[in-house]
Amino acid sequence: MTSPAVEAIDLVKRFGENTAVDGVSFVVPEGTVLGLLGPNGAGKTTTTRMLTTLSVPTSGTARVAGHDVVKEADAVRRSMGLAGQAATVDELLTARENLKLIGRLYGLPKTYVRSSIGELLERFDLVQAADRPVKTYSGGMRRRLDLAVSLMAAPPVLFLDEPTTGLDPRSRTELWEVLRELVREGTTLVLTTQYLEEADHLADDIIVIDKGRVIAAGTPTQLKDQAGAASVVVTLTHAADLERAEGLVRDHSPEVHVDVTARRITAQADGLGDMSRIGAAFQEAGIEVDDLGLKRPSLDDVFLHLTGHRADHDGAEGEPSETDELEEALR
Amino acid sequence: MTSMLTAQRPPINPPSMLRASATIVWRNLIHIKRMPEMLLDVTVQSVMFVLLFAYVFGGSINPPGDVSYKEFLLPGIMVQTMIFTSAIAAMGLTNDLQKGIVDRLKSLPISRSSVLVGRSISSLIHSSIGIAVMAVTGLLIGWRVRESVGETVLGFGLILLFGFAMIWLGIYVGSLMRTVEAVQGFMFTVMFPLTFVANTFAPTEQMPSWLAAVAEWNPVSALTQACRELWGNGVTAPSDAAWQLQHPVLMSVAWSLLLTAIFAPLALGAYRRRSRD
Ligand SMILES: Nc1ncnc2c1ncn2[C@@H]1O[C@H](COP(=O)(O)OP(=O)(O)OP(=O)(O)O)[C@@H](O)[C@H]1O
Ligand SMILES: [Mg+2]
Repeated sequence: MTSPAVEAIDLVKRFGENTAVDGVSFVVPEGTVLGLLGPNGAGKTTTTRMLTTLSVPTSGTARVAGHDVVKEADAVRRSMGLAGQAATVDELLTARENLKLIGRLYGLPKTYVRSSIGELLERFDLVQAADRPVKTYSGGMRRRLDLAVSLMAAPPVLFLDEPTTGLDPRSRTELWEVLRELVREGTTLVLTTQYLEEADHLADDIIVIDKGRVIAAGTPTQLKDQAGAASVVVTLTHAADLERAEGLVRDHSPEVHVDVTARRITAQADGLGDMSRIGAAFQEAGIEVDDLGLKRPSLDDVFLHLTGHRADHDGAEGEPSETDELEEALR
Repeated sequence: MTSMLTAQRPPINPPSMLRASATIVWRNLIHIKRMPEMLLDVTVQSVMFVLLFAYVFGGSINPPGDVSYKEFLLPGIMVQTMIFTSAIAAMGLTNDLQKGIVDRLKSLPISRSSVLVGRSISSLIHSSIGIAVMAVTGLLIGWRVRESVGETVLGFGLILLFGFAMIWLGIYVGSLMRTVEAVQGFMFTVMFPLTFVANTFAPTEQMPSWLAAVAEWNPVSALTQACRELWGNGVTAPSDAAWQLQHPVLMSVAWSLLLTAIFAPLALGAYRRRSRD
């Protein structure tokens, strides 16, 4: 019998009046990746902290690697690694010393610590900087070291709280590659993110949380289908072409929206194919464009869609909270 | 290349509380090595105090009995240095809480108290370095220990015991405050009156009587008086002096135990509350 790597059952966390996590449940099968997706203040960090024994749930239970996070906290700590939202490496220690500190505190054999430090430094591209105090590192280097530290004891379950926030696109892609490699090797991964793209890239399953509640769950494809299709957005050079252009677009797309003042046409499309066909049609007709692009549903769209949907069901909600304002800002 | 994770997991053998604490002390001491200016508070600053008082104010202060002011001064300065252990512990702890280091340590399979024990020991080492610097400075300007080895050691032992009590105060303050700057501001505001309204730098007899009463009840006074007597740097308190100054060794121990009894539960409670969520 194999139990799931992570299991949360009706987790609740209250801070005074504020309910940060309000009945979150999910199951993460061994060797898979769960993406916890949500805007600021959704409860991602609070959920991660409960799963990693840093915070005691107000109610509900959770198990990591088969161990209860409250009653068997020590066993949980042996089985998981954590890289929190803010890098928690020691600024005055070098990368090597940071890794050594954690290796010693796990009580790992000396020879293992030594060889594993070498491997981790290599893997996270920190060999050059290994003997410099961390305070001289860039934000990206710190993040990488933080991740290396959390892998020191080769944990079967890894929790990452917004691992790529603040990284440039290249570092982000590189980190994704490392994470995928870890998963190939059998690690179960729970990661939080604000980027649909990231969850899309890495996760087998996604859970969208908002105001502490799960508002959607499914595979990346299922979620994006819920959020609607991609669309082609084209901005014309001359307003005079608008009518002709709209006609051309309608040949390719069932749903077209025209913004006259912005000389912009937005059309539902199923991908690059539609975009290039529309582009070709414009070229043939001699219609000049300023800009032509494909817009995939973003987290904004997912939220717009999901929260909009929910509002239909329970329109009479309490007074606006902080997250309401944030959501407002998202729109 | 064989990957670390495809190989089986390494055996995890979490260290005992003491070993984990020792590892944390190792880490804290690297901080001092990387940032020696952390020691300024207990070294340069204290040396400056010694020189200022010995040469600037010293001439106008008359210690009781046939003792030079420099000899009278040194035990007081050492006690003052040890009191700063609380500020050192508090700043270190707040920094670790603020930077998430405590969270990182809490995610490991080690005893949660090792963070505090490690912090306490490294803070005591930190201020003991200060005491050693004081002793050398003292010896250079004419301070001498004039009693037996046993009494000398007892004096330093009392100072360390008091430092232990001060650590609890430090952990309490460190758990309550959010930033290192706040801790620093608060601690220095509290510590200076505590060390000055005492017999540290001048005999209490010349103070207004209400202030003298406060000074006599200040734990700093009992401890300073105890060290002066144990090291032969001052005369025993006269028979009309406050009772607690006539039994300074006993009182020093009592104060340290009392302060520990008050602040240890407060500190543990505040730390637990702070690191629970
Ligand atoms: N220690 C705490 N004390 C009081 N309130 C807290 C605490 N930690 C979190 N909260 C509150 O709980 C809610 C959820 O916060 P949380 O940090 O889990 O969100 P998040 O999804 O991680 O957001 P972000 O994307 O900004 O990191 C917020 O309203 C926050 O203010
Ligand atoms: Mg967060």
